[in-house]
Amino acid sequence: MALYSEKVMDHFRNPRNVGVIEDADGVGEVGNAKCGDIMKMYLKIDNDIITDVKFETFGCGSAIASSSMATELIKGKPVSEAMALTNKAVAEALDGLPDYKMHCSVLAEEAIRSALKDYERKQRGEDVPEEKQHDEDKDENRFCCCTTDTAGE
Amino acid sequence: MIYVDNAATTKMSDAAVNTMTKVIRETWGNPSSLYTTGQRAKEVLEEARAEVAAAIGAEAREIVFTSGGSEADNQAIRSAAELGKKKGKMHIISTAIEHHAVLHTLKRLEAEGFSVTLLPVHENGIVEASEVEAAITDETCLVTIMFANNEIGSIQPIREIGALCRAKGVLFHTDAVQAVGHVPVDVVLDNIDFLSASAHKFHGPKGVGFLYARKGIKLTNLIEGGAQERGRRAGTENVPGIAAMATALTEAVSHIAENTTRLTVVRDRLIAGLSEIPHAALNGDAKRRLPSNVNFCFEGIEGESLLLLLDDRGIAASSGSACTSGSLDPSHVLLAIGRVHDVAHGSLRLSIGEDITDGDVEYIIINVKEVVEYLRGFSPIWRDLVSGKKAFIL
Repeated sequence: MALYSEKVMDHFRNPRNVGVIEDADGVGEVGNAKCGDIMKMYLKIDNDIITDVKFETFGCGSAIASSSMATELIKGKPVSEAMALTNKAVAEALDGLPDYKMHCSVLAEEAIRSALKDYERKQRGEDVPEEKQHDEDKDENRFCCCTTDTAGE
Repeated sequence: MIYVDNAATTKMSDAAVNTMTKVIRETWGNPSSLYTTGQRAKEVLEEARAEVAAAIGAEAREIVFTSGGSEADNQAIRSAAELGKKKGKMHIISTAIEHHAVLHTLKRLEAEGFSVTLLPVHENGIVEASEVEAAITDETCLVTIMFANNEIGSIQPIREIGALCRAKGVLFHTDAVQAVGHVPVDVVLDNIDFLSASAHKFHGPKGVGFLYARKGIKLTNLIEGGAQERGRRAGTENVPGIAAMATALTEAVSHIAENTTRLTVVRDRLIAGLSEIPHAALNGDAKRRLPSNVNFCFEGIEGESLLLLLDDRGIAASSGSACTSGSLDPSHVLLAIGRVHDVAHGSLRLSIGEDITDGDVEYIIINVKEVVEYLRGFSPIWRDLVSGKKAFIL
């Protein structure tokens, strides 16, 4: 049995929308290196529509595939629709993820939400420095699996 | 496919396959039966025992066949603990980089009232004999230290540790799963009381291993139910597997010298080639390591994606990354040698086999370089490192 579905492997091998948007309207970064997963999303938004999206990911195969799939699911969509994207939708679009990899899809959902919140803040004229866009401690508690005592191999 | 995960398992040798199939076909009797068919199986079993014993300088009666290295580790540690308990000695010394078969057994004993000292290792993955000596107290009943590490290949000063344990009257066990058949092991010269080994690490079959216990040391039975293995391990013996293990071990031991010479050159070429990757570091000692082991950390990338992409290019390797183990923590061995989580996730282990060619080596170096560079190309951590937002660790 293969570790991942064909779809996960396809998005892992040929990730869509990889890269950076220099003049992004919203940027979000979640996860932390200690856990082995970081996702960064860049959004270009025009008239409430996500016209472009790029990502950078440090992480395992399913983290890269989840990022890639999430960008495909929101590209060309209105902000409200992207805001409603769930990790479940990402995982389903990938034909499923192993249980212990579901947190990768959660990260993808949160990375997009974080970028959208950054966009909204900018819309309201709040000037938040990039590195303060998200609360690292909160992310750590929410996503970090390092603190979980897993029995090992 | 270039298989460079021989520390995980090895391909069975032709000779071992031949022995195994021959025994399955011809000597299928139960060695505990008294009629001829059974007694033939008994002969095969005892010949294998003598062969295995000779390969490590032991006597046949000092060998107990088990289901593998983990069972042997469990039995050795349990036995020493029982013996210690009877004398009121309930302290055990080990290291932070042992296999989980040892660490989890020790955890269980701790819950039963034993005190356990897990010695830290140096950055090179080695614990020095003097440090073991300093940890021994009047309460110590056992020192259990692996011969060679499965992840970073570091080889411990086993002979010295064995000598000082002997001098202090403390039992000494070594998990030699990665060493037997690969580096010279002699239980007498190395002052070893218990030794664990596993057949599938030296081109034998899976599900078979052995425990060496020096004569006169009473073993605790983990499996009750019969008089097999002189009452030390119940259950009808895996005769074909055991016979194949003996064949594989004899073959492996007879080639140690030539394999060491050749593999050391290959290993060092791989280390030199991969060292050209910026912000990479070798894990473990450069010289005091198995001739087959190469282990690196690459900053800014994660090990599982590295392995999957190498697999696409026909290279089967391994990583200490959390994601590769089904666990979510990176390798305890890499953490113990001082690698922080961030870089421990980006590790690659290549454990080479005797069949590796010079062409394979160059192919591996080129492809690891390319894949690391590719993954760094869209790693947000790498971007932060390169832009100076974060400081490089390696």
